[in-house]
Amino acid sequence: MSENAIRARVPTDSLEQQAAQHDAAAGTTAALRGPGVLRTTALLAGVTFREAARRKILWIAAIAGALFLVLFWTGLHAMLKSAVHLPVISRREGISMMLMMALYAASMLTSMMAALTSCDTLSGEIASGTIHAIATKPVRRWCLVLGKWTGFAGMLTLYVLLLAGGCLALSCFEGRYLLPHIAVVLSLLWLQAALLLGVTMACSTTFSALTSGAITLGLYGLAFVGGWIEQFGALRHIKTCVDLGIISSLIMPSDALWRRAAFKIQPPLLGAAGASPFASTLVPSNAMVVYAVLYAALALVLAAILFERRDL
Amino acid sequence: MATLTIDAAGLRKTYGTRTAVRDLTLQVKRGEAFGFLGPNGAGKSTSIKMLLGLVKPTSGRALLLGQPVGDREVRARIGFLPEHFRFYDWLSASELILFHGRLCGLAEDTLRRKVPQLLERVGLGTQYAKPIRSFSKGMMQRVGLAQAIVNDPEILFLDEPTSGLDPAGRKLVRDLIREQRERGATVFLNSHLLGEVEQSCDRVAFIQQGNVIGTHEMGAWQADQTEVEIKVARVAASTLERLDQFAREIRLEDQMLRLRVDGEGRLPEVVRCLVESGAEVYSVVPHRVSLEELFLKMMGPDPGL
Repeated sequence: MSENAIRARVPTDSLEQQAAQHDAAAGTTAALRGPGVLRTTALLAGVTFREAARRKILWIAAIAGALFLVLFWTGLHAMLKSAVHLPVISRREGISMMLMMALYAASMLTSMMAALTSCDTLSGEIASGTIHAIATKPVRRWCLVLGKWTGFAGMLTLYVLLLAGGCLALSCFEGRYLLPHIAVVLSLLWLQAALLLGVTMACSTTFSALTSGAITLGLYGLAFVGGWIEQFGALRHIKTCVDLGIISSLIMPSDALWRRAAFKIQPPLLGAAGASPFASTLVPSNAMVVYAVLYAALALVLAAILFERRDL
Repeated sequence: MATLTIDAAGLRKTYGTRTAVRDLTLQVKRGEAFGFLGPNGAGKSTSIKMLLGLVKPTSGRALLLGQPVGDREVRARIGFLPEHFRFYDWLSASELILFHGRLCGLAEDTLRRKVPQLLERVGLGTQYAKPIRSFSKGMMQRVGLAQAIVNDPEILFLDEPTSGLDPAGRKLVRDLIREQRERGATVFLNSHLLGEVEQSCDRVAFIQQGNVIGTHEMGAWQADQTEVEIKVARVAASTLERLDQFAREIRLEDQMLRLRVDGEGRLPEVVRCLVESGAEVYSVVPHRVSLEELFLKMMGPDPGL
């Protein structure tokens, strides 16, 4: 093809002059390199947090969470009123048991929120073209993923604090009972949400929003059933069941994290009573917690790699 | 400094068995306004996305401003208005421009000065605080234009910039393209509105079924291909034969002689030939071939959808 037989309309130095003026006005070394890792991440985190905070689903979940706290408070109040004459140890047993159930619900709601609010962030923005104006800016693509993850993680942190923190605060206020391992329990619940968030975002780089949400919740369900099978196996000493549980925890360690948290909350009696989703007979090991941390980090890294590689 | 701002050679993109772009080879000079034309599904969007680094080519290579496509440093020097510009609709127009300016790495004090100027320039000076959810499609395109030029880009990619714009908006786009070029920027314009391309571009490339099938300089082909209507009397058959050496597609209906010449420079010869052979010439009206005619000719018969 023969082309470019045209005159250049602009003298070649005009861009240089213009660039020089631009430099003087804006200090363009930064402008030529783009905003940098921390700045990009912070920008995306900010906008994602605000975007997430505007979702109706979040507000419905927050209202549901508030109602749930009211319910927990009323229940706790009624329970304690009827147990005035009981010794302190029994009262504590009752408070822990109620707290356990409430925190289980909080853990489930937070997990759902992690999957449902983030499932369309990448896939949806790729489909709508919103991402095109962003990804053509001088930013690293993986920073976009990290920023979005940070924005959602911030939102989930508030949600964990509202629900789980609310339950713990109410039990302290109403029952004068301070759970010994508050920070550990809250961290485990947060890790569970962050883990599911990373998995959803990794799926969202490749699959549609609906598929991504379904995959994450499917894995969450698998882990839940696996956890139960494992506890049942532990009670009846059935090795296959225990192994199945461990395998399911390796596929998705979300339930293992809950059971670890439950172990920190549970009153001794409940543990002895047998397997239930609210309790932990067989406590997931420290190794499993470390595995879950790595799993969450790898999910985020995978999301970044997949997003970096894909066509937008 | 490289004189070519865009230099693509043999870019190809296949999705499984489907080939979206077969061979994208084109060069765009610094300061040029380049039109990119082709029917729906010809591979225009994929081509632009490859040049922007959004889509990785299956094979071939492309340089923007002398550096590989997709380099962060290159991206700092380009601007892009996507075809359907959309963004978080709860942001106000000024927040949106500010966000994009920050993504470009611009300093806060520069942006404080620049954002109101840009909004004023695209005619949204009074709407700066409104959330863009209340904006019409035309207003969104205007915000999109503002974010595309926030970093004073050296190459401005515009994908269907006038879609959804009223006549005033279309004029704004034309004026902006002119201003950007006066600043020294290269403009890469993808548009279906051939009139817009005709008014704004120096050169156009035609793409069909994933291939660049030709590039044309605006002025050059118009001078090349001039259709002329000559009102004339007493034309002999032998005269028409003599005209063959200067013109093509010669048709005589009543007193109207229509023919095509290779450039307006040949018109005096045609008239002289007519007069010398005894014909009476009343008027000579040259008609330039419009871009639309050229487009339809290049694309061949419409295969239907």
